Amino acid sequence: MAIINVNGQKRDLGNVSSDTPLLWVLRDQLGLTGTKYGCGVSECGVCTVHLDGDAVQSCVTTVGEVGDSVVTTIEGLSDDGLHPVQNAWREHGVPQCGYCQVGQMMMAAALLKSNNDPTDEDIDNEMWNICRCGTYPRIRAAIKTAAKELQK
Amino acid sequence: MSQPKRERNLTSRRGFMASVSSGSLVLMARLSNAQDIEVATAAEGDVESFEPDLFVSIGSDGKVTILAHRSEMGTGIRTGLPRVVADELEADWSKVVIQQAVGDKRLGSQNTDGSNSVRHFFKRMRVAGATARTMLEQAAAAKWNVEPATCRGKNHRVVHAESGRSLAYGELVQAAGELKVPRPDELRMKPASEWRYIGKDAPITDLDAILTGKAVYGIDARMENQLYAVIARPPVVGGKVASFDSTETRKIAGVQSVIEIEGYQGAPVFQPLGGVAVCADSTWAAWQGRDRLRVNWEDGPNAEYDTDVYAGQLADSANKPGKVWRDTGDAKSVIAESDKVYAADYSVPHLSHAPMETPCAVADVKVDAGKVVSCVLKAATQNPQAVQQAVGAALGIPEAEVVVHVTLLGSGFGRKSKPDYCVEAALLSKELQRPVHVTWTREDDLQHDYYHTMSHVHIEASLREDGTPSGWLQRAAFPSISSLFSDGADQAAGFEIEMGLQDLPYEVPHIRVESGKAKAHTRIGWLRSVNHIPHNFAVSSFADELAHRAGCDPLDYLLTLLGEDRLLDVKAAGLSNRGASAEEYPYDIGRLKHVTQRAADLARWERRSELPKGRGLGIACCRSFLGYTGHVVEVAVDHDGSVQIPKVWTVLDAGVIVSPDRVLAQVEGAASMAATIAMYGKVTFRQGRVNQSNFDNYRIATMKDSPREIITELVESDAPPAGVGETPVPSFTPAMCNAIFSATGKRIRSLPLADHDLTWS
Ligand code: FES
Ligand code: FES
Repeated sequence: MAIINVNGQKRDLGNVSSDTPLLWVLRDQLGLTGTKYGCGVSECGVCTVHLDGDAVQSCVTTVGEVGDSVVTTIEGLSDDGLHPVQNAWREHGVPQCGYCQVGQMMMAAALLKSNNDPTDEDIDNEMWNICRCGTYPRIRAAIKTAAKELQK
Repeated sequence: MSQPKRERNLTSRRGFMASVSSGSLVLMARLSNAQDIEVATAAEGDVESFEPDLFVSIGSDGKVTILAHRSEMGTGIRTGLPRVVADELEADWSKVVIQQAVGDKRLGSQNTDGSNSVRHFFKRMRVAGATARTMLEQAAAAKWNVEPATCRGKNHRVVHAESGRSLAYGELVQAAGELKVPRPDELRMKPASEWRYIGKDAPITDLDAILTGKAVYGIDARMENQLYAVIARPPVVGGKVASFDSTETRKIAGVQSVIEIEGYQGAPVFQPLGGVAVCADSTWAAWQGRDRLRVNWEDGPNAEYDTDVYAGQLADSANKPGKVWRDTGDAKSVIAESDKVYAADYSVPHLSHAPMETPCAVADVKVDAGKVVSCVLKAATQNPQAVQQAVGAALGIPEAEVVVHVTLLGSGFGRKSKPDYCVEAALLSKELQRPVHVTWTREDDLQHDYYHTMSHVHIEASLREDGTPSGWLQRAAFPSISSLFSDGADQAAGFEIEMGLQDLPYEVPHIRVESGKAKAHTRIGWLRSVNHIPHNFAVSSFADELAHRAGCDPLDYLLTLLGEDRLLDVKAAGLSNRGASAEEYPYDIGRLKHVTQRAADLARWERRSELPKGRGLGIACCRSFLGYTGHVVEVAVDHDGSVQIPKVWTVLDAGVIVSPDRVLAQVEGAASMAATIAMYGKVTFRQGRVNQSNFDNYRIATMKDSPREIITELVESDAPPAGVGETPVPSFTPAMCNAIFSATGKRIRSLPLADHDLTWS
């Protein structure tokens, strides 16, 4: 019987097999559909969540690998939708269709936690998520805005 | 409003009425006809007498509900069009609730495609808003016993300036509901100077839902008791299941059923491709089960499709006389008699839409006494009416019995106006008699798309002493979208040739446009900006080649080619002008030249000659979807051949702009998408099968290689609104390739750049 810790809650997954990707457990079993599917092979980043604060791709992270680690999804990133990254995304009007943006924000939040003053090069290297709508320049700008907020 | 009552009407009416309080003023606008507006009060009891094509309602509490009938896939239209209504209504935006419409043909076309939303509905939305406001003004005037003309709707109140009296909209709805609906010619439309929302920015209505993960897309749509399906489809279009073995599949925990779906008959249209579906209690179980199926496929007539071979056939076809679409002057003889003829060929491979969210839908079919009676779907669709038609036909029920709830779309680009995936869900639900959700994996999406055509364009021009063309002949060969609807169609459709070929805007006395035959061997579909992609790539690259041959500056040469400020004779060129009249939407060469010149000014084009080797500026322009775009792209090509795009300047003239920030976002997104087309976009077939399978081999530009800085200028204009979503796509790619020539001396005549060696020393 697998129990995982998601957004501060212990969730019982019943007899789910340990090689099931976290993504599908979150979406289909726990009803946390904020985390999206885009490729299933760690190529697009739309499924990004935090595992003990680090960004991981939930499509290639199995329930077994999660173990006792703490999982944070967009639903748990902030109580009120006012995480500095969410605020910056709002301010810059980043989303077009919005589908990739949860993954983008989870990636950016993790990046900013380890580096609260990322250079353009840092952003280039860390933010490898795909946005088919092409919101990249606004994502870059929003990350810089969020960084300023976090430096305060 | 006298159509017979149906279950469907109740469903959709209840949907709308749930958000409308008793006593509301409800305007029923037939969107298909702005003249046809009816009104009633939704008092208790008579609510049930309404038909569902309601469009705007005002509650006695002042709450305004506006129906959004177009699909939201990232353009902001779900916010933009309701703001047009709210503007004329003089509604307080904070009191407006937007409700998504179900599919209903009485709403006019809901096909969110062709960059048509604002163009087609701007006027009608204004009329609807102005109608409601005028009635509120009249109701207030009657109460105060004053002339209606002295009363003004202002920010959710009607104000009588002389006496200083005012009444809130909510207080007037009862009285307004008893008035006769004013005719459109009795309305006082607000002058542009008084617009409060049109042309002003506002956050999109779904912003908070998106930022908190609560937004519901097709992949997130749920119905009680639903199963999840993943489908193995024939690897070759037109193929069939010969036999299959699901022994291993059924061993996967959670797998419930394995169901064969029949292949299509005749032309593909929006029919399912067929295959074997695995239905399970989670997506993952269905997926694992699908991967363990052992299917023997019969490949059918497209088993030999090989795009390397096909490229040669297209080139042959484009290099011999074809069907003539335009013959201005006598280009054939002029070119034949010239001793200075220059010719070049350009090619663009198949592309895949690859929307970020793969095609997904959930369907619930109701069966009564063994007969299908109705179907409810929730789908990420650009065209709920096409879903109604396709699902209705597949289930053998009238389309009116198919209720389509439209979710948000994780982008679409044309893929999601083709509802084969909705039909799949409906067929499975019919079989299992419970709701079934179909998810396409990324592999499914890339290998079973409605691909952008593959194209070869041949151009030749006879040149005068000064290097300008006297005659111009261009001929394209590509499998046509018509093959999707008509089995075996092997000739281009007029609307395809018109996109960037037949409408050649250059001032050349002799112009001839032709197309060669090409039979399709896969499903061909429209993708954001459609045939403009290969056509503008060819035309704008050829213009640049001619400029360099003549030893001219490419900007000067292009402006010379465009010629005098004038209106292109749309009729003489045989253009349908996307169904718009040439009076309302002329083909204005002056506007095209203006966006081109402005883009060059913004980019400081004169820097061109000072740039070091490896750096280059390129220019191109295009009129598409009735709007005008000028592009300058700057590239930096490293010695090792890697390409960066530090900057792009886009000037867009799309007439009146409703949501400026969303238009900027579309221009930014177009640059990124076109950069992907230029650098990486290529789908290939071998033995009828697609070689690409996921983003590792169908690459998409990311933060690192997308244009770094995107400078956009929107031309201020009071011309009627033109297209926006597709308009800024086509000219980016040739501008980029022209920049690469300028940087490296390497001329790109076939896409993508990934196929070319761009190293230099
Ligand atoms: S879905 Fe996990 S990286 Fe794409
Ligand atoms: S906003 Fe649509 S994919 Fe990123």
